Formats: sequence, structure tokens, C-alpha cells
Amino acid sequence: MNIHEYQAKELYRKYGIPVPRGIACMSVEEATAAAKELIEETGNEVVVVKAQIHAGGRGKAGGVKVVKGVKAATEAATDILGKTLVTHQTGPEGKVVQRLLVEQGLAIKSELYLALVVDREASRVAIMASTEGGMDIEEVAARTPERIYTVHIDPAVGLQGYQTRQLAFALGLSKQEQKGFGKLLSGLARLFIDEDCSIAEINPLILTEDERVIALDAKVNFDSNADFRHEAYWSSVRDLTEEAPTETEAKEAGLSYIQLDGNIGCLVNGAGLAMSTMDTIKYYGGEPANFLDVGGGASQEAVTKAFKIILQSTAVKGIFVNIFGGIMRCDTIANGVVAATKELGLEVPLVVRLEGTKVEAGRKILDESGLAITSASTMAEGAQKIVELAKG
Amino acid sequence: MSILVDKNTKLVVQGMTGSVGKFHTEQMLGYGTKVVAGVTPGRGGQSFMDVPVFNTMREAVKQTGANASCIFVPPPFAADAILEAVDAEVPLVVTITEGIPVMDMIKVRRVLDSQHKTRLIGPNCPGVITPDQCKIGIMPGHVHKAGRIGVVSKSGTLTYEAVGQLTALGIGQSTAVGIGGDPINGTDFIEILKLFNDDPGTDGVILIGEIGGNAEEQAAAWIKESFRKPVAGFIAGRTAPPGKRMGHAGAIISGGKGTADAKITALEDAGVKVAPTPSDMGTTLQSLL
Repeated sequence: MNIHEYQAKELYRKYGIPVPRGIACMSVEEATAAAKELIEETGNEVVVVKAQIHAGGRGKAGGVKVVKGVKAATEAATDILGKTLVTHQTGPEGKVVQRLLVEQGLAIKSELYLALVVDREASRVAIMASTEGGMDIEEVAARTPERIYTVHIDPAVGLQGYQTRQLAFALGLSKQEQKGFGKLLSGLARLFIDEDCSIAEINPLILTEDERVIALDAKVNFDSNADFRHEAYWSSVRDLTEEAPTETEAKEAGLSYIQLDGNIGCLVNGAGLAMSTMDTIKYYGGEPANFLDVGGGASQEAVTKAFKIILQSTAVKGIFVNIFGGIMRCDTIANGVVAATKELGLEVPLVVRLEGTKVEAGRKILDESGLAITSASTMAEGAQKIVELAKG
Repeated sequence: MSILVDKNTKLVVQGMTGSVGKFHTEQMLGYGTKVVAGVTPGRGGQSFMDVPVFNTMREAVKQTGANASCIFVPPPFAADAILEAVDAEVPLVVTITEGIPVMDMIKVRRVLDSQHKTRLIGPNCPGVITPDQCKIGIMPGHVHKAGRIGVVSKSGTLTYEAVGQLTALGIGQSTAVGIGGDPINGTDFIEILKLFNDDPGTDGVILIGEIGGNAEEQAAAWIKESFRKPVAGFIAGRTAPPGKRMGHAGAIISGGKGTADAKITALEDAGVKVAPTPSDMGTTLQSLL
């Protein structure tokens, strides 16, 4: 789960991580007032107006403006708010800016990079730091991997002083800066573990002329499996407008659904089978409209919901149901499909392949439903049939 | 022969009295698995389908001599259940539970790495089956057939798919192992391949991976160096868009890493024959025999 930069910075403050003084705004008026307040408070005319969307690459897309004075801040806010930003992380449709963060300007001496991530190979939390701040870290990793310094946190003892020193010396920090860095890093490590993060990234982490270390940007991503530990806080910071409505709807029904660009709707059980169903459709020249894993323990209601989500998509020109029942029973799937079509009708071709637990019962329900169903005995056969039928 | 489980495996089910635990305990008993105990804290002294329930794992192991455990405990308590099984020194722990937080698995892995008595399979996996001998987990037993091909997979339903195809071709399985699709798990491809390599009852292997991480690349490197039997492979997620989590917490392409193409190339380079579509896994393996 993603949160906005301003929300991440509020969390950083709670863990003693220095961030610039800033105010989150929902309108141009609020942004004007915020700029005024910051300028009066800091005596510095420079403020930064930042678009708040759940995607990186905002600066390049024109979503971040450094300006001088209240009037310029108002203009920048007017320009950015409501604008559709297209970055490498938003997809071609982009994201509309609905929130802003207005921050004090700071005298930057240099820009660093700092991130905590879960390292699958090491089965530990990794801390990565680099002198190449403000750049795309993936590019740094590809071009100059020797400039990325990594240490791992041992869960039995936590982050150790020597690890912080290793990174601080590698980054070439002064004695004063080392102190600030140590405090910041221990706060970030605590935050990462206590808040169940999957990513906590600061890019750039800045050194100021007066030797302070400050998180100029802040990205936090939570491990959604840990939602039972953070229900109240996570629901307070979740921005539903940043998520595709069908994906949210599916999640609430306990389904894993991702919208794609094609026209063949897929209903499958199991993540691996769902992925390879998409692959097989593509292999035979079709384009999947979605990834949908109904999971193992889905109820008939959840299956009905899943099928309705597919039926309601106007892009869908054909549907492929591909089930290999393990815990998931084929009769449950069949009942769900029939219930959904009763309510919404079925105007596109439907190919069904059922296998596994309760397969005979499932086939019988579909046969007796009177629905125009093309059956298939293998995944490949089903994919070929639906690709052909969806052409119309 | 087989790996991990056979007719002498004595199973304790952690979380046996929940609805999922009950259903699958019944299924496993029906398949012929020797389920000797259940553990549900506070339910000690009760029984389910004539299987005694204990309060703690230590007690269950002491009383019944169980040498494997299957965990159906919900995510908030699953890591604790795994650690309790490690404490009871159960040699094999199979965790079916989906949705365990990564931070919990980091701790579990730290404990697993500091001992040599317990092997964890999963979490978020279908389990382990040696056909006609022992089924631990949630896979549909009837699609399996006893034989000499090993199956190892990150994905549950794709394992069924592979096994179903083999059985339809008349090719039986020695053991099928689901290692799970989470970013941090107990046992990786290589450890299972080592067991298949040493098992005189296994003639060849189907390996099923998916996007995300680099376990498949590592497995490929190891196969190239040390594996002596034919391997057919399949990688799910060739067409998955980057940055989107495909159901499994581990199935995500990030920073250009973990793509299906890179994995397929690595496997092919190691001499693995990769099936073009998931419907061809069985015939691809057959062509190698």
C-alpha cells in the first residue's frame, strides 16, 4: 500500500527523522496561505510546491516547482493542481493532482540517496545508500553499482553502530553530519520495522550548508499483509482516488484483480495459473483485459462479484474462465458465474475450462443454466477458442 | 522412493479445529495420510475425527511421535505457530497460510537459519505430496499418480496443472512440492532439486517458477553445475506489466529485475527445456524421457 509524500513525512517526524517544514494543501487558497506562513516563519522567500500523487518522477513531469514569494507560489499551485501528470510510474493515462505539499526552501550543499527495502535473497532488511542522490537509483545501479553501499539488518540484534559508521564514511560525511545521519538512520530503521514497510526511500537525502541531514523527499510503501496490525492508521492515510475503483472493489471482496489494456476478461483460481492464463491468451494472439485470481477459499458471493466486475467492463469482448480446483470447488465457480449472468446478462462469448475438485457438479450446473458456453478441456484450447470468438 | 514425505510420515496439524483445518484434515485422512495429532491452544483433550488435540506442539510431538507438521493458522498467528514447531524440533513443517507479513518471515528465517533440525516448506503453498503414500496440504489428491517424476513449483494451481498433465500422459510422480510464492520462504528450488538429485526414485523434474526475485536464475545456475536428471520448466508471468503485484506477494517485476524472459533464458542456458505454454508442461517433460 502506498501513501503520499506529505503523509510519509508526518510519519518520519514521529520517528525523529528531520524533514523540511511543510503544509499539505487541497486548494490554491490553502497553498497561498501555506506559502505566506512558511515565508513569515522562516524568513526565506523560497518555497517549493510539490504535486502529491502515488508515483515517482514528478519533478521531470512538471509536478515540482521551486519559487520565490507568495505570488509565485500561488501561480505554481494553480498550474499544478488539477493537472494530469504522466511519469514513468503512472502509465500513459497519467494521474490527476488533487493534493499539494508546500515546503520551505533549503540551501542544499549536496544530495544523497538512502533507502530501506526487503532483500529477498538475504531474507533481511537492506539499507542502501549512495552519493548519487536525486537520480534514478535504478540507473545508478546499472551504470555505477560501486557507488551504492549496502548493509543488512540482523533481525536478532537490529541496526548496529558500526553499520551506520560504514555507510557514513562511505558517503564521506563530516563529523557533524555523521551525528545527524546516525540519528536519522536509526529512526528510519525503527520506522521500517515497526510500521511494516516494504520500501522506505529518501531521494534525495540532503546535506545543508549548515551541516544538517534532512529528508527532502519521502517515500513509504507498506506490506499489505500486515494490515491487521495497522488497521486504524492505514485506513486514515489511504487515498482511494489513487487506486483503480474496480481494483479496490475486488480487494474488498477478497479477490486479487488488476486491470489491463486488452479485451479478454479472465477469471482464474491461483496467482500462477492466472498469470499463465494471461500468457497463454497472448501466445495465441489475444490481449487479456485483466488479471484475476479468485483465490482458494472464495465464496460463491465472491465469485459472483468477480464475474460481475468482468461483465461490467465495456472493453471486454470475451470471457475465459479457467479453473483447476484444489480447495476451490468447481461447483462454487459455476454457481457464481450463473448468478452473475442472471443479474447482468451475458452479451459476450464465454469459454469455460473446469478441472479438479467437484468438476462434474460444476459442469452440470453450467450445462443446465442454458447459457451459451463454449467448453474447453485444456487451458490452451480455451485460450485459442476465446481469442477466436473475441474477434467477433 | 520419494523425498520429504512417505508412508511413515506422522503428521500433526496446527490449527486443526478451524474450518479450513477441519476440511483439509478430513481430506488428508481420506487420502491415507497418517494424521496423528492436532494442536489448538485451549482445545487440548478434545479430538476431531478420532485424532487427539493438544494444547502445545511439544506435548503433541511427545505423545504421538509426530515427525511432520501442517500449519493452517491465520496470518496474525502463523509465524508463532512455525516457531513453536521449530521449538518442538519437528523435522518438516509445511505452512499453507497465505498472507504472513514479510517482517514476521524475516524473523522466522533468522531462527530457521540458526538450527538444523527443522525444514520449512512454504508459506503460502499447496504443500507436499508423495502419491498414494502421504499428502500434506490442500492439493486435490485424485489428480496425482505414483511414479518417478518430481515436481517443484512456486504456484499451487500450476502444480496441479503439471501433475494433471503428467497423469493424463500416464506419467506418475515421485513427489510434488509447492515451495510457495512469498518473497521470503523456508525452502528454495535448489534445496528441493538437491533432494530429487539424490533420490533414486526420481528420473526427471518439472520446475515451475514465476516472475519476481531471482530464485529461478539461481536454480538454473545450480542445475547447470550439478543436476544430473532432465528438467522441464515453465515460468508464469511472461506478459505481466512491471510494478504490479500479480497475486502472490513475491510475483512482481521491480527495477527491471525478475522478468520471465531473464528466467527463461537462464533455464534454457542450463539445459532446461522450457514449455512454451503451461498446457505443454507434461509433453515437454515427456519429450526428455
